[in-house]
Amino acid sequence: MTTAPVTETTDNAPPASGRGYPQLSHLDVLESEAVHIFREVAGEFERPVILFSGGKDSIVMLHLALKAFAPAPVPFSLLHVDTGHNFPEVIDYRDRTVAAHGLRLHVASVQEYIDNGRLRERPDGTRNPLQTVPLTEKIAAERFDAVFGGGRRDEEKARAKERVFSLRDEFSQWDPRRQRPELWQLYNGRHAPGEHVRVFPLSNWTELDVWQYIAREKIELPRIYYAHEREVFRRNGMWLTAGEWDGPKEGETTETRLIRYRTVGDMSCTGAVDSDAATIEQVIAEIAASRLTERGATRADDKLSEAAMEDRKREGYF
Amino acid sequence: MTTTTIDTSATSLLRFATAGSVDDGKSTLVGRLLHDSKSVLADQLEAVETASRNRGQQAPDLALLTDGLRAEREQGITIDVAYRYFATPRRRFILADTPGHVQYTRNMVTGASTAELTIILVDARNGVVEQTRRHAAVAALLRVPHIVLAVNKMDLVDHAEPVFARIAEEFTAYATQLGLPEVTAIPISALNGDNVVEPSAHMDWYGGPTVLEHLETVPVGTDPSDAPARFPVQYVIRPQTAAHPDYRGYAGQIASGVLRVGDPVTVLPSGLTSTITGIDALGRAMDVAWAPQSVTLLLADDVDISRGDLITPTAAAPTTTQDVEATICHLHERPLKVGDRVLLKHTTRTVKAIVKALPYRIDLTHDLAHQDLPEELGVNDIGTVVLRISEPLPLDPYAVSRQTGSFLLIDPADGTTLTAGMAGEAFARNASAEGAAHGDGWDF
Repeated sequence: MTTAPVTETTDNAPPASGRGYPQLSHLDVLESEAVHIFREVAGEFERPVILFSGGKDSIVMLHLALKAFAPAPVPFSLLHVDTGHNFPEVIDYRDRTVAAHGLRLHVASVQEYIDNGRLRERPDGTRNPLQTVPLTEKIAAERFDAVFGGGRRDEEKARAKERVFSLRDEFSQWDPRRQRPELWQLYNGRHAPGEHVRVFPLSNWTELDVWQYIAREKIELPRIYYAHEREVFRRNGMWLTAGEWDGPKEGETTETRLIRYRTVGDMSCTGAVDSDAATIEQVIAEIAASRLTERGATRADDKLSEAAMEDRKREGYF
Repeated sequence: MTTTTIDTSATSLLRFATAGSVDDGKSTLVGRLLHDSKSVLADQLEAVETASRNRGQQAPDLALLTDGLRAEREQGITIDVAYRYFATPRRRFILADTPGHVQYTRNMVTGASTAELTIILVDARNGVVEQTRRHAAVAALLRVPHIVLAVNKMDLVDHAEPVFARIAEEFTAYATQLGLPEVTAIPISALNGDNVVEPSAHMDWYGGPTVLEHLETVPVGTDPSDAPARFPVQYVIRPQTAAHPDYRGYAGQIASGVLRVGDPVTVLPSGLTSTITGIDALGRAMDVAWAPQSVTLLLADDVDISRGDLITPTAAAPTTTQDVEATICHLHERPLKVGDRVLLKHTTRTVKAIVKALPYRIDLTHDLAHQDLPEELGVNDIGTVVLRISEPLPLDPYAVSRQTGSFLLIDPADGTTLTAGMAGEAFARNASAEGAAHGDGWDF
């Protein structure tokens, strides 16, 4: 990660006529807003943590946190929910990042829960929904009171209803009908002991904003975001990575294709897209022209039902 | 200033809100805006087509694009505010999509609090109705700088100019009374897409912009030099490392105005003074910074400053007060009563407060009549309040700053957000009664 406080920050549009000061660009506005949110949490909570998956959204979150508190270190630790089916490149990236910034990493392991019988593998082999229990139990065990997530409202229709500060009860449950109204930039983080607040600093960002920001800030990503050859097989209309996680099954044949990932999640439910976009400029051009949403193109778990995301969020998913 | 490789990263951002009654076609308008600006992608459209077919509808119901929750789809209603995102080559948009249903007022207040523009929808057949007046009043109350009156369903009135002209005139007269600064009226058919993204072939008599064209070109933001600088301190950065043994920076987002290195500043509420010696704009040293940038300030003196303090130019410091008069929108089912002890959250500071009086409730639906000394303010009520707070607060009038003039009231027992508050007079109408035609007096 090439993070550390970055010095090139302005991409202000030229001054509009009649104004003494340049209009801030949309990336500058989104960045200022996200930094404001990080600092609010640092100022008001005792034990915040950043959910860090090694995916682009959490990488951008960490980059913003580094800028928000520079030249001091980020006053939060990281939490990774490891499904046991993660891409090795991403785990490698995670560990390098933690070391480079002297951060503390907590890991909640789905595999551990399966091994000791507290969770059972689903018949479809998808591990993403299994993350909820290890996540919520880790939050309770470590007494985290604010948990940053990289969720964006543009990702999914249930997320469009999510607050920036989202109060969760002692079971980590989300109740969309009982959310606090959020006005101006006055975030209310009050909570009872045992409750916590999920915080989404990237709420107002879109997939394209995230990529444009990564380009502007020259942020390093795990290589799987860029085109590379990989052995994949077809399942439910998606290209999945062949590996030791029970794929492919009998009757599923693998082939080598030029692909890349638009999202980084569990190997069992994250699909690759055919792509020859090897640089960030090419990736941005590809996304701008895409006729599919990020999740529509690559996430199996959202297709389980029309309200799949809402149902998981109600249970404590981020 | 560096040049970037991607042109689109330098576009501006417009936050806007919609308001409309149940059957005015608001969801259709939003769906149409998203669809015709090509912001709806194939898999989303496919999902809407499938859902529409499953319900036995012939054509895809664009309203389904915006109803995200199970209960909304089941009941065909919209709960609460949702945020939508779309972009054109000229601008990025954040839309606060607020439902026109039962909980309209607090949801519209929420959406309008961050909006620079509000689209108010009316049905061309019904014209200005009670709901329309309520929406205009909320927009005026929240001091939304730009208003679009979208006269919808023009196809059902034969695209007749006189129908549109009469509605636009009646609305503009009411808006002027409220002190609303600028109204742009547009005749549309959300269902058919007339004047939403594409100009209508049925209304040659209309020479103005389409809704999207107007959204793309309306000026955003204000000139930062119009307002005095306000810097609420969020967090004190003290690395205490070998590389930065003496670094002490005050982190925050500039709420209004411009700050420069060399400015003499006063810290409130203590009244201590110092001088800005450095502005760190997220890793880059700057001589000048302005709202809404998040920065870190360095001062000449090692004064005692912590979260909740306000740094402001000595020459333009606000007065502090322990007695607050404000207009409020009550947000929660639990009513607000005289004698209630609450918490008041203003910028980065939270203080104790007591409700001393509820002078009047405003009837938004009709003639803005005052009901004096109500026993309580219930959910969705708009009224005025007098508060006594536990320590002096630098509260600007909301008319001067939406950031430093706004606050929340919070229930100290369970943390519930109770009330949205705006310091000072509700409407600009008194001030602008004479000069309303000029549209100024809206300075924030």
